[in-house]
Amino acid sequence: MKKPTLLFVAVFVLLAILHQDAWNWDNASLVFGFLPIGLAYHALYSLVAAAFWAIVLKVAWPNHLEEWADGKDQ
Amino acid sequence: MATIWVIIIYLGALLAFAMGSKIFFRGTSNDYFVASRSIGPFMLLMSVFGTTMTAFALVGSTGKAFERGVGTYGLMASSSGLIHAACFFLIGIKLWSIGKRHGYVTQIQFFRGRYDSNGLGYLLFPILVLLVIPYLLIGVIGAAKTIAGVTGPKGPNPGMFPEVFESTGGAVPPWLTGLVICVVVLCYIFAGGSRAAAWANTFQTLVFMVMGILAFILISSKLGGLGAAIEQANDAHLVRTPSELEFTNKAGKTIHREVGVPPIMFLTYMFIPLSVGMFPHLFQHWLTAKSAKAFKLTVVAHPICIMIVWVPCVLIGLWATGKLPADAPPAAVLAQMVGRLVQDPVIVGLVTAGVLAAIMSSLDSQFLCLGTIFTNDVVLHNSKKDFSDKQILLMARGFVVGIVVLTYTLAMILIDQNVFDLAVWCFSGFAALTPLVLAALYWRRSTAAGAFASVIVVAVTWFVFFAMSGFGGEYTVFGGVMPVAICWAAGALAMIVVSMATKPPSAETVEKFFP
Repeated sequence: MKKPTLLFVAVFVLLAILHQDAWNWDNASLVFGFLPIGLAYHALYSLVAAAFWAIVLKVAWPNHLEEWADGKDQ
Repeated sequence: MATIWVIIIYLGALLAFAMGSKIFFRGTSNDYFVASRSIGPFMLLMSVFGTTMTAFALVGSTGKAFERGVGTYGLMASSSGLIHAACFFLIGIKLWSIGKRHGYVTQIQFFRGRYDSNGLGYLLFPILVLLVIPYLLIGVIGAAKTIAGVTGPKGPNPGMFPEVFESTGGAVPPWLTGLVICVVVLCYIFAGGSRAAAWANTFQTLVFMVMGILAFILISSKLGGLGAAIEQANDAHLVRTPSELEFTNKAGKTIHREVGVPPIMFLTYMFIPLSVGMFPHLFQHWLTAKSAKAFKLTVVAHPICIMIVWVPCVLIGLWATGKLPADAPPAAVLAQMVGRLVQDPVIVGLVTAGVLAAIMSSLDSQFLCLGTIFTNDVVLHNSKKDFSDKQILLMARGFVVGIVVLTYTLAMILIDQNVFDLAVWCFSGFAALTPLVLAALYWRRSTAAGAFASVIVVAVTWFVFFAMSGFGGEYTVFGGVMPVAICWAAGALAMIVVSMATKPPSAETVEKFFP
């Protein structure tokens, strides 16, 4: 597996682990005075996920697929 | 009456916009099934996002947050942001390229070709169809109940049409809502197929996103602002620590409801979003993409779109714990919060239109995909005759009509079923089948026998758990493990073990599918 791919897999696994935010489980504090921390953390998580995929697309876009898709079997 | 007029105007606008796509219709079966693979990035995002957001998006999320609390967003939304995008990138783009190269329009065509097995198609066909049907019913039943709730009696006040609909206390009866929804969707799908679905989904997605935000702003304003709104919510709903809520319902019975989310349930729920990797209707949307690059916007924006819709809805559900009685039906929470606090019939109509938009944006794709599957994987696959495009279109349209009629009939028979818990079982079935598609796309050594084994093991384990749940209720095992995790693992193991024990596929077959 290429190094960038390995790194992205590792970050994906890390994100999946970070999804299980045990430290917030019984935390009822509010962010900005209205967002329970359990919701604020995961809303931020959604933004981080989007950023992660934006970077993956920039670095690991499968350029060969378009050309291959346009081809036909021999 | 203003509420109903707003809904009628919305349905009319939807129909006009979707039917407008017909000017681009090329009259070919390829255009009907996959819009001649011409859909650009923005419409692809709207179609894919709109299709994955069902009645769950507005009504289900609010109701679930009312039941279980703040954990609802993490349970269903943030994990979906990460995993749906993963499926679009790892599965969607590859399937698009394979579909384009080989001219596929259905999943079954792909799996038959990849594993060089006719039989695999016959095995998958009933499983995929049987998993989509409850998903369809959720849409029709959800729409019928939403309209009944909005137009029905409120306490001592009669419903909107007491003289016309006496038997329902003035509420628009489910048979009429179901009929209108089915006819509207049928009209544009019949006329324009996949392209009409993409146009309609674009309109519907924008509507339900805007209406969700509108409801959020208006409700929070009536509650005295965001800070005041959350202050009056039930404390137990602001954390995920499981606790028990005890309350007495209208009949005087004491009810115990679990609030919060057990950690193991939260963890294993992450398997549910994998379902998008095997939805046949989403597969069909992927194939409509103009290019692989059209997927980029979808991959990045999907988690953000989920956040825009679900954060407001989960907050409304939390606020409702301080405003509505504990025995309020979860599916009615959004309608009740809007109805009680906003009390503006136009706004109620707009929010209801948003709910219908979320529901119908999934229904149209599902009707079309079943019509496509029956036409291509049953009739055309088994016929020795060469059919013209006109004949194929006629068949596809005929099947779509048949499926709509069957769905409507079944929905009316099952109108009183709890639909949302059934949705999770549908998602679980599709999610558990993803080892099949992942192996097909990334593991050259996977064999037809491995594919068979994987599908059979998933079907059996899924059914066993489904039966143990009482055929559709919320169900976990071992103190909170979602059955989907076990079915997925069993399917993956069966694929690996049986593939390694059987003859590898021919190099010729493998070369066709691996660039």
